[in-house]
Amino acid sequence: MTALQAHDLWKYYGDFAALQKVGFEFAAGSCVALLGRNGAGKTTLLRILAGLSQASEGEVRILDGNPRQASVRSRIGIIGHGIGIYDDLSAEENLLTFARLYAVPNPAKAVDHWLERTDLARVRRGKAREFSRGMRQRLAIARAFIHSPNFLILDEPFTSLDDRAIALLQGLLKDALHQGATVVLSTHQLKEALELATHVLLLNRGKLAFSGVRTAEMLANPGWVYQHYGEAA
Amino acid sequence: MTYFNQVFAIAGKDLRSELRTKEALNASLSFAVVILLLFSFVVDPDSEMLEQMSGGLLWMVFAFSGVLILNRGFARELPNDCLDALIASPIPGSALFFGKAIANFALIAIIEAICFPVFGILYNLTWTAQLPVLVAVSALATWAMATLGTMFGALTVNMQLRELMLPMLIYPMLIPALMSAMQLTTLLVAGQAIDSEHIVWLRVLIAFDIIFTSLAAVLVETVLVG
Amino acid sequence: MRDKLIYGAGIFAALYFVRNLYVILLQLPDEAMQGAVYRIFFFHLPPYFTAVACFLGAAIASGLYLKTKNWKYDVFAVSATEVGLALAAINLVTGMIWGRQQWGIWWTWDARLTSALITWLIYLGYLMLREGIKDPSERAKNSAVLSIFAFFAVYFTYKANEWYRTQHPGPVLTIRTGKNTIDPAMQAMLFHNLGAFLLLAVVLVAVRMNLEDSQRAVESLRRRAHAIA
Repeated sequence: MTALQAHDLWKYYGDFAALQKVGFEFAAGSCVALLGRNGAGKTTLLRILAGLSQASEGEVRILDGNPRQASVRSRIGIIGHGIGIYDDLSAEENLLTFARLYAVPNPAKAVDHWLERTDLARVRRGKAREFSRGMRQRLAIARAFIHSPNFLILDEPFTSLDDRAIALLQGLLKDALHQGATVVLSTHQLKEALELATHVLLLNRGKLAFSGVRTAEMLANPGWVYQHYGEAA
Repeated sequence: MTYFNQVFAIAGKDLRSELRTKEALNASLSFAVVILLLFSFVVDPDSEMLEQMSGGLLWMVFAFSGVLILNRGFARELPNDCLDALIASPIPGSALFFGKAIANFALIAIIEAICFPVFGILYNLTWTAQLPVLVAVSALATWAMATLGTMFGALTVNMQLRELMLPMLIYPMLIPALMSAMQLTTLLVAGQAIDSEHIVWLRVLIAFDIIFTSLAAVLVETVLVG
Repeated sequence: MRDKLIYGAGIFAALYFVRNLYVILLQLPDEAMQGAVYRIFFFHLPPYFTAVACFLGAAIASGLYLKTKNWKYDVFAVSATEVGLALAAINLVTGMIWGRQQWGIWWTWDARLTSALITWLIYLGYLMLREGIKDPSERAKNSAVLSIFAFFAVYFTYKANEWYRTQHPGPVLTIRTGKNTIDPAMQAMLFHNLGAFLLLAVVLVAVRMNLEDSQRAVESLRRRAHAIA
């Protein structure tokens, strides 16, 4: 089943084309590593996939629906540049709020489960503001997974994560992929991402420079895609 | 059912957050009490003029101090990109709007609930004769403020001069609702019921609330999704 | 071709105004109670109606922009609002001058002047909002929403002020002849000047739209230059 489809996507900011005729298709269970230099349009593309912004032209279909549809959004988990947690609320309250927004069937139980899973159960009543950076990152991961999404959109998720959080995230992503979820993640941390990835997309100044299966060669030489398809330095 | 759950998840989160830090509440309340105090130098507290100006004074106080609370509305979503997390969640735009408007409404209502007795004490006025109607009128006018404040908060959330733009946009448009509230409050604080001459103001308030709430509920999602 | 049409319309508007001025200053009789100064009314009321027409046009264009995301509606909305704002300012200033002549005061809180002032402030807010948002798409989208709100607000403001001032009557700016009706010649003139102002507004909006298009072209060239550099 096709989980992700984009067709002739264009995104303009005024007259500037941040995305130019981008198209791709991925089946369920794929893990897509989105690569590109800064300013290539990765965040723009991810925001469109997440329903945060609308493409100027073209069509996107996620899980066979429009990303803005509530039924589709309730199946998507996102981690953006910002961690998306409220500093004034406790870990528990943060997760409970998002569980209610995502209409999770048994919010309290889900919150308990994810606090355990991210090793934050001890500090469930602590304010997010008081947490260490690693704890905040783990809380963000819990927030993204609390509604058991089967589509994950992650914008540079490994950037500035500590080892514990990286291991946690990789574990969660592997589990999700095993269960048939689809993952799209943009990254500069090539090694961690390519370990998980089944496919690779390279964006270059808004255009799709490469779209293909992740090969063993890429895993051995993380910079392979940039070397062969990236823009001339 | 889910819709209401979502609305109150947002309202609850905002209220919990604000009541915990009380930043905006304290600023707003202090500001309100100070203006009430200053006004005693504008008008002789014993004169009859005060009764005629009571509605005007009170609603000026609420409008000015209310903006301090409204400014926080969408601004509290900016740290940590929480606004993105909200927009990406399945909550409908209108539910997000209502949740925030309800929270703003409740916070401004707290300010009013404190200011009315303070006003009565400072100016030696019994204002409770028409209490139920006064509460209803205040609720309608406060909802008008909350609606416009939440909507324009969404409009200006990404602007640099947000805290300047929000009052600039709200006040002129709010004038019909403020005018109605002032007229009715002056009447009610003096202990008189709303007569046929003044019923038109109640109609203006209700029509204002219905029209602008509908407009906001429909348009807020357009504003928030880039 | 379009530019020629605009020039032609502009010249026609100018001539129309000259003709109207001639009639106003030299042919119409003095008003019963106000004497000669009432003539400013012909430059007080027509600008107001024209401004409201501009704001209505802007609100409709804004709605169409939100529906179709076609840039030309956004260009029209901002141009119409700016021209409307200028005309509303003329309305306010002529009102003040007239009031000064009539009652010796620069301002009076009559229903129309008050709601005209509030309307002017509302649309000033629109321009300030546009100034404050840099990204063109977001600017167009947000100001379109504001424009729709603004027009509803203008309606409420007008009605509310009318009711308010009927309770607190004050001096009212209008013209009457001895029998408390408007002289038909004056009424005709009112419509003529309204026509002239409407034509002027059309010309100004067209010119402003050209200006906006040029500005966008420059902005996009700048952005392209930065992207290449």
